[in-house]
Formats: sequence, C-alpha cells, structure tokens
Amino acid sequence: MSTSVGIHIKGSASIAGKQLFEPLNMHIKAGQWSCLLGPSGVGKSTLLYLLSDLASHVNFDGTIVADDGLPLAGRISYMAQTDLLMPWLSILDNTLIGQRLRGDKPDIDKAEKLLAGLGLSEHSKHHPSQLSGGQRQRVALARTLMEEKEIVLLDEPFSALDARTRADMQELSAQWLEGKTVLHVTHDPAEAARLGEQIFLLSESGLRQMEVPTGAIVRPVDDPDTLACQGQLLKILREVDS
Amino acid sequence: MKYFFRILISALLIILAWQALVTFADLPHFILPSPFKVVDTLWELRELIASHALVTAIEILLGLLIGTVLGGLTAIWLARSKIARYLVKPVLVLTQALPVFALAPLFTLWLGYGMESKILVAVLIIYFPVASAFFDGLMQTPKGWLDLGKVMGAAPRQLQWRIQIPAALPSFASGLRLAAVYAPIGAIIGEWVGASEGLGYLMLLANGRAKIDLMFAALLVLAVMTLLLHYAVGKFCDVLVKKYKQ
Repeated sequence: MSTSVGIHIKGSASIAGKQLFEPLNMHIKAGQWSCLLGPSGVGKSTLLYLLSDLASHVNFDGTIVADDGLPLAGRISYMAQTDLLMPWLSILDNTLIGQRLRGDKPDIDKAEKLLAGLGLSEHSKHHPSQLSGGQRQRVALARTLMEEKEIVLLDEPFSALDARTRADMQELSAQWLEGKTVLHVTHDPAEAARLGEQIFLLSESGLRQMEVPTGAIVRPVDDPDTLACQGQLLKILREVDS
Repeated sequence: MKYFFRILISALLIILAWQALVTFADLPHFILPSPFKVVDTLWELRELIASHALVTAIEILLGLLIGTVLGGLTAIWLARSKIARYLVKPVLVLTQALPVFALAPLFTLWLGYGMESKILVAVLIIYFPVASAFFDGLMQTPKGWLDLGKVMGAAPRQLQWRIQIPAALPSFASGLRLAAVYAPIGAIIGEWVGASEGLGYLMLLANGRAKIDLMFAALLVLAVMTLLLHYAVGKFCDVLVKKYKQ
C-alpha cells in the first residue's frame, strides 16, 4: 500500500481572462479527509481538474506541489458526481477498467475481494443498468479503490443519492479511504461536518479554513457538535452566496 | 413475430387493393398484371429469378459489408488524427455533392458488366452515412469518461478502443440502419446502368419485352430481400444500442 502525501496549492485561476477566485493558499494535509465547500460556479471542481491535470481550459497562475516534491501525475484517483460506469461492461470489468486502460494485466482476484468487501459480490457479473444508484456509486468506489492511489479526489459523489444511501456511502467511503489524502468537493454542509478533518470554504473572495467539529470521522449524524458545525457552515455559505 | 404479423397484414391489404384496381379499372395485363398472374410467373420462372436474385443479394451483402467496414475505419481514423480531419473530412463532404448514380456509368466502363461495378456503387452509397454517423459518435464521447480515463493514465489507443469506440456504437448503428436501406438501391442502380445478371437487369429486360408480370415478380423478390435485410440489420442494431447506450 502507498503512503499518503499532502498537497500545497498556491495561486489563482482564470478562464479566458476572467478570474475564478482570489489567490488562495491551501494545504491539504496528508492522510486526512479535506472537504471543500462553496457556492456553485466558484471553481471548486476546477480546483480538482487542476490537481488532476484535466483543466486545459483554465489558466492557473501559481504552484501545485506535493509535500514530498514529486509530481502528482499518476498518484491520483477520482470519483465524480455521476458514477461514470460503462454500461457495456459488467460490474467486475468496470472495476478493472483502470488496469485495462493502462494495458496492465487485470487483477481479477483483487477486484473480486473489493467487490465482496463492498457487498457487491452477487452483482459482479451484472451490468450497471441492473443496479440501484447507491450500488452503482459503490461500484465507482470499488473502481477508485482498485487504483490504490495516495490521493483521492471526490467531486460531489454522493449528491445524487437519497439521504439514507448518502449517509451509508459516506460511512463506507470514510472506512475504505482511511489513511488516504482525500479532497472532497461538496455543496452539502452536513456532509462536510460529518466527514471533514479539514473544512475549506471557497468563495469569490477567496479561501477560508473553517473550524472542524470534535471527534473522529465519520461523525454520527446526530452528534450535537457536528450539527452545530453544519448549522454554522450553512449560515456562512448563505452569507457568501448573497 | 408481431413484426412479421404486421407486415403480413400490410402485404395482404396491398394485394387486395392491387387486385381491386386490376379488376375494377379493367387494366390490361401489360400495364398492371394481377397479383395472381405475378405469383404464377414467379413460380413458373423461379429458377431464372432465383439465379438473378442470388447475384443481386451477393452484390448487396458485399456492398454493405465493404462499405460498412471502410466507413467504420475511416471514422476511427478521422477521430484519431487531427490532420486527417483537417485534410480528408472536407473531401468526404465534397464527394457527397456528386450523386453516386451519376458515376455508375463510369464504374461500368472501368470495371465492366460484372458484379464489381455494382458493389462499388453500393459501397460508395453506404460508406458516407456509416462514416459520418460513427464519426459523430466518436467525437461525442461523454467528457466524464474521457476525464476518468486520463486520470487513470490510459494509453490513447486503449482509451479509444475501450471507451470511445464502444460509446459510439449506438451512433454507428444508426449509420448502419441507413446503409441497409441504401445498399439495395446502390446494387439495383448499378445493374440498371449496365449488367448481364441481377434482378435490376432482369427487370429492365422484362420491361423491354413487355413482360410486366416478370418485372413485378422480380420486384416482389427484391422487396422481400430488402425487408429481410432491414429486419436482420435492425435486430443487430437494436442489440448494439441496448448494450452500449448510456
């Protein structure tokens, strides 16, 4: 297994000459779960694209460096809001897609173990259309875990799920991604309060680091401190939004 | 089964209307023969018609196969290479400005009266819809999948083979459906321009000798062949779309 690594982002981004956010200075701590909150359109997802080198349309003026000084390329895996499963592949083959895309020998044993761990064994031969939204996101998690990368970027992966499935997915993900450096973009203060070991709030005026509730993650949904933090985050989010 | 039943009903209705027209309008048989006369001729000349039908069927199937393969490969090539897109795509569109039918006499001149010139007409007609539909599909791969592939460190060839091409197969299927409609047209046009065999040739021959019943019999066989082709290609396309549609 890989060890985790922190990331330091410093600078500002613009698209076609229009600045997205004020210059920011963000340190994502190694092995921790960092949540990034903020109003829509402020560039939260752009930040993920910048980290994963997908933001060819964005002009970033600054530096993005890993704490160990090595390049980030090849050390990142990514989970999006939609599950991005290929409808023509079985669940097992979807889990193996990363290795196949790189031309590596697929490790079927490992994929089957992961699917079993996530309660998906009986579905491994099924196709995505036969699964529920929550199950599909679990497959996406299996695919992400299969990559064994130190850094995991999450772009609102649970936002399309119903409340109960979302809470389940939060717990499952926190359990399986423990020890990895996670940057989780979310628009849900409750999610940030439950999962964040660091909570950032990005708005047009720049980045703020918020206070984090006490207790280890995943925090219980009814924990008073977590609920208070959630309320506080929502309040600030509404202020910056208006 | 339901599909065949519907066709059967439609066919019966047409035959009824046809017979009614012949009976009530009192048309001479060299203008419009009765359906019974056509069936009679079909049975009587079955060997002759079958031998010509076989030629046309081979032309259609080979034209469809070659046109689809060439169109598909062209689409993949265009999707892969920016230079090819820049240089070749305008030429492709330009060739569509020329009606292929107008070229058919040339092909007969160059390739002779055999099957080759007919297959070439069919290939040229089929090639463009397949290439164009498949290329459009290849260029519209959902961005999320491509991003995922890039983050996973996909090799470009693998990305195309495992994501781009499968994701574009439903578009390919719509091109193929069109191709199945065009293929018989191509073969028949080719035969009309100059041939020594085939249903199109037989129809012209029969027409010239006022054997309208034979002409209709050949037409009937052509219609059945075309319907079967539509059905088979349609089924195949349904499977493709069902499996690969997002």
